[in-house]
Amino acid sequence: MATGGLIEREIGFFHALRDAGVSISLAEVIDATRALGAIDLLDREALRAAYAATTLKRPAHRRTFDMLFDLWFPPVTGDPSAGSRAGEDGDGEAGDGEGLEGDGKPDTEALRDALRQLLLDGDEEAMQRFARQTVRDLGRADTQPGRQSWFSYRVLRGLSPETLMASLLENLLAGQQRGGMAEKVARQTISERIRQFQEMVESEVRRRLAEDRGAEQLSKTAVQPLAEQVDFLRASRNDMAELRRQVFPLARRLATRLTAKRRLGRTGKLDFRRTVRASLGTGGVPLVTHHRPQKPHKPELTVICDVSGSVAGFAHFTLMLAYALSEQFTKVRAFAFIDTADEVSRFFTPGGDVADALARMSAEANLVWFDGHSDYGHSLEEFAANYPDAVGPRTSLLILGDARNNYRATAVTTLRSLVARSRHAYWLNPEPQAYWGSGDSATTVYADVIEMVEVRNAVQLEAFVQRLLPT
Amino acid sequence: MLQPQFASVADVTERLTAAGYLTDDAIATTVFLADRLGKPLLVEGPAGVGKTELAKAVAEATGSELIRLQCYEGLDEARALYEWNYKKQLLRIQASKDDDSWDDIHDDVFAEEFLLSRPLLSAIRNPDPTVLLIDETDKADVEVEGLLLEVLSDFQITIPELGTISAVRRPIVFLTSNATRELSEALKRRCLYLHLDYPSAEREKAIVLSRVPEIAEQLAEQLVRTVRALRSMELKKSPSISESIDWARTLLALGLDTLDEEAVKTTLGVVLKHASDHERAGTQLKLN
Repeated sequence: MATGGLIEREIGFFHALRDAGVSISLAEVIDATRALGAIDLLDREALRAAYAATTLKRPAHRRTFDMLFDLWFPPVTGDPSAGSRAGEDGDGEAGDGEGLEGDGKPDTEALRDALRQLLLDGDEEAMQRFARQTVRDLGRADTQPGRQSWFSYRVLRGLSPETLMASLLENLLAGQQRGGMAEKVARQTISERIRQFQEMVESEVRRRLAEDRGAEQLSKTAVQPLAEQVDFLRASRNDMAELRRQVFPLARRLATRLTAKRRLGRTGKLDFRRTVRASLGTGGVPLVTHHRPQKPHKPELTVICDVSGSVAGFAHFTLMLAYALSEQFTKVRAFAFIDTADEVSRFFTPGGDVADALARMSAEANLVWFDGHSDYGHSLEEFAANYPDAVGPRTSLLILGDARNNYRATAVTTLRSLVARSRHAYWLNPEPQAYWGSGDSATTVYADVIEMVEVRNAVQLEAFVQRLLPT
Repeated sequence: MLQPQFASVADVTERLTAAGYLTDDAIATTVFLADRLGKPLLVEGPAGVGKTELAKAVAEATGSELIRLQCYEGLDEARALYEWNYKKQLLRIQASKDDDSWDDIHDDVFAEEFLLSRPLLSAIRNPDPTVLLIDETDKADVEVEGLLLEVLSDFQITIPELGTISAVRRPIVFLTSNATRELSEALKRRCLYLHLDYPSAEREKAIVLSRVPEIAEQLAEQLVRTVRALRSMELKKSPSISESIDWARTLLALGLDTLDEEAVKTTLGVVLKHASDHERAGTQLKLN
């Protein structure tokens, strides 16, 4: 570990940030260093705020930043509680030694009681101290003789804070009736605090690890990718929830960008009346000409998506985005299929809740014909036969799916005729391009007749939608 | 020309609190740095978390004049920087006597007298302490950002007919943005950055109590918790701080002293503004 002065540490920190994908220019480094001169360096939160203000320019990077900051500028070093034991014991709250029995083995029941009290109070500083103490007592394990490592799951499994929920709820509700709004609100408060505690434990474990192995080493492995860069096929439930939350901001960004682009190309007809009216202010000389706004061309969008297990997450996200953007199209029609196709547009009412619509779609739509395994061939045939009006010369056709067809017939001629009838046609494939055509993937067959685009994550989807929307 | 207004971070906290704006460590430090380093501060965050309020509070705390440039689509140089008063120039030429030479008129009509100062120029020329608020920067077109670069990095404006006008006294500059579009790297590089998010439960309660002092503490606590529960749902538009405050005022006006299912059901319109959000909150909070 570099043990040099503040500047070396700062440079190491910035390098770690850059490696994690946060771009920091030299000008920003200089600003950051100037800022250090203005603040109280002993105040760690002020230091964090100063670095954040000067180098962090996108909210999405905040998590990465905080994590790396904790690694490079740890709040304490070594085992701080050992020195201040006397002072803390006097507090009576979750002090040191309380959880330790005579033989030095931690008593989890006492610790759980202490944690319950902390979660009830919500006192952050005490919670932080407690996290440090429990990591020290529970989190260490000898991996090899003479080597030790730290694990957050040992702490969290030992304490299992989630199981405290029931008794905490009882305390917090204090006699109010269960099951209603009060419970929901209390539950939210508690789970928020539990999550906070889990994060504290995790960050404490990282700090311990960094002390053993060096911050540099740990920075490389500990950084998680941003939600928008997570592969759809590998996204966890949390990632998907985070992504769904980003749908509306994303749609708004895309729409704004689009209006800006349309405005730039303003070559509408001359608005004679407004031009003459404006010229009166300048003595009848038409200094500025006014134009009528051009009518934007809005295409129809038809989305056909595979909603079978493996790719459902991707299909849902894309459908949500399509409906969030529905103002940009004259009409959006959605079709879903597993081994047969059904129109699902009816579930998406304007202004309605899209997440609800998706749930109803999976429950009510008629998507299974034979055995419930993806069958692109039959689904395409059915779609072409039952909805001949869905694809016309003004339609942009999108097909979403991984084209894993279980070695069934592909109906490629049907797809070719659909593509020929549409204005644009794209196939969005959530699989990495390297896997296309492997195993039961019919990608190579379909790619001959339709443009296949790799859309593995939200960033790629955003780039694609921007290309799709007309100017 | 750099004359810092605040002595320390604690000073910022204290004076902003006196002006009615409750800060936290990050906000206070960032404002202090913006003042000390003389750099513009870009404040980003969802609508209604107090971005504009922050600028107003700083103006009040420092006793500065607040000059505001509201950005919108189609904002241009003439509305942001300066404009020649064409009509007045025309009058001057028409009123000139025959013996005035062209050179005289020419110099005359491009003088200070015919210059209409717009917010950016006014802020630069103001000899008194100034807070310049460039509101909703993301609403303006991309070209406006280019226009801001000279002003924000060197605090000067070049007018071809008059030369370069530099700031007598550097204003404290706030730019706000709702992040509907990503601002350019060039602009971000020249600014300090502060992301304002929904506050912690404690701070939000303190804000509600300070804005609506008549409300009972118990009720404020309940309200803040409920709002946080609403924010944790996947809503189209999460309730903001200003909506929490509105809600507190509403409850007060209706004379409600506890926030139960009935009270929430009747007043939910104050915090949630989409029909689908109402429905979702209704089912998740089990209101029906």
